[in-house]
Amino acid sequence: MEEILGILEKNCRYTAEQIAVMTGKNVEEVHEAIRKYEEKNIIVGYTALVNWEKTCKESVLALIEVKVTPQRGEGFDKVAERIYKFPEVKACYLMSGSFDLTVIIEGKTMKEAALFVAEKLAPLESVLSTSTHFVLKKYKDKGAVFADKPRDDREAIFI
Amino acid sequence: MNIEELILKKVKDLPPSGIRRYFDLLNEMQDVISLGVGEPDFTTPWSVSEAGIYSLEQGHTHYSSNAGMVRLREEISRYVQNNYGLEYDPRSQILVTVGGSEGIDLALRALTGPGDEVVIPEPCFVAYQGCTRLTGATPVIINLRAEDQFKLTPELLEKALTPRTKAVVIPFPNNPTGAVMNRNELSALVRILKDRDLVVLSDEIYAELTYQGKHVSIASFPEMKDKTIVINGFSKAFAMTGWRLGYACAHPEFIKAMTKIHQYAIMCAPTTAQHAAIEALRNADADVKEMVREYNRRRRVLVDGFRQMGLECFEPLGAFYAFPCIKNTGLSSEEFCEKLLLTEKVLVVPGTAFGKVGEGFIRVCYASSLENIIEALKRIGRFISGLG
Repeated sequence: MEEILGILEKNCRYTAEQIAVMTGKNVEEVHEAIRKYEEKNIIVGYTALVNWEKTCKESVLALIEVKVTPQRGEGFDKVAERIYKFPEVKACYLMSGSFDLTVIIEGKTMKEAALFVAEKLAPLESVLSTSTHFVLKKYKDKGAVFADKPRDDREAIFI
Repeated sequence: MNIEELILKKVKDLPPSGIRRYFDLLNEMQDVISLGVGEPDFTTPWSVSEAGIYSLEQGHTHYSSNAGMVRLREEISRYVQNNYGLEYDPRSQILVTVGGSEGIDLALRALTGPGDEVVIPEPCFVAYQGCTRLTGATPVIINLRAEDQFKLTPELLEKALTPRTKAVVIPFPNNPTGAVMNRNELSALVRILKDRDLVVLSDEIYAELTYQGKHVSIASFPEMKDKTIVINGFSKAFAMTGWRLGYACAHPEFIKAMTKIHQYAIMCAPTTAQHAAIEALRNADADVKEMVREYNRRRRVLVDGFRQMGLECFEPLGAFYAFPCIKNTGLSSEEFCEKLLLTEKVLVVPGTAFGKVGEGFIRVCYASSLENIIEALKRIGRFISGLG
């Protein structure tokens, strides 16, 4: 049944009917599997992958390396939660290596993003240090290339 | 000077590609969904392309040996052993060619000539008949039947064999029908072929693209090994059509003969492609599996779509084609394809392009994105209901 997840992860707009045909299962099985995945929060959500650069919306993404002090008994999870609850935070990962959390935030301007770090993130008691990197261009995200798809200009051949 | 008179009659007599004019139409139209061309829509796996680029950076821009780089032949030997249980010595039994097509041409040129008969089951890839005619040999066509799921049956084969039969083409998984032959079905053919003095040309270019069980090569029957020339290549399995690389595996005497023609006509296959192919055989298994998985989904959607709209479509278990029957539309294959292209802008190929027996069928290639296939099905459905 994990095949269904693979298909939806690539394109969540396929209907259960289409997925059933693709996988050779019956529609009820597919409906039921998806319902269970949603219920168990295995499918966490369905979103569109947007290339905001092509719109008028002003926004910047920043990737922040954060070093923190883990809390007794709660490890990193409690600290992470305090951070990811800010709506500005788009993604938050616990990392191995020289820092602890990767925090990806979105702001309207660089200044707004920087202020978030200075006023909200850095002052948190458990945060030891931050290092902010601004994203200049997205080439690929979630497996999808952001550049316009090249036109299919294959010449006709008979085979 | 009458230029036309200079051209050999047998060349003039070769039929031009049956669907040339659709392609000409296609070039003038916008927003056409093409399910016409038999090549993967995937680009070559990046690690494979990268290996080709790296070889250029390293200055590997020279000829290879005539038969192909030894390292590549060793990889091919390992690959056909692992995947199809075929044992071929890389130095004497494998020839690297410019696509599978060159292998077909070399084999027919090396083995057949005027007075010989070459048995060709149709519908099939167009090159067998063309190459046969160029050698001066006579093609003997077997008309495969929809009720046999376009498989070659021992009865049909036996009827086609004569004392002049020099070669039998076994083209499975099949272009254009998607038919495959399993071990039992092949073994029925082996019983007929094994004691005859003839060569089997087994075109296995789609061998990796099977969707129910693994491909079986007729050369894996010990009694057939010496009399079979296996043709395979990188185009379909590894999405490497433009690299033009294939190979032939056979008895050393056959390979020696084919290599002679190859060395005069071609010298050697492109070196960059050979470097890329080594990487493909070593490290692209996962890419191939993913492509096959994706083709399988498309295949199911396409076949289901045709059946939903009332077209009979036998289950194609190999290659990347479906071959639905359009007889109940009252149109000929050519009319169907032309009208469909002009009214709904979907390109499919008339079955007749692959032999007269293809009348009443169309070849639909599912090496195109699922989105394209779903949209094409919508358009074909609309086209058919519009016929009333």
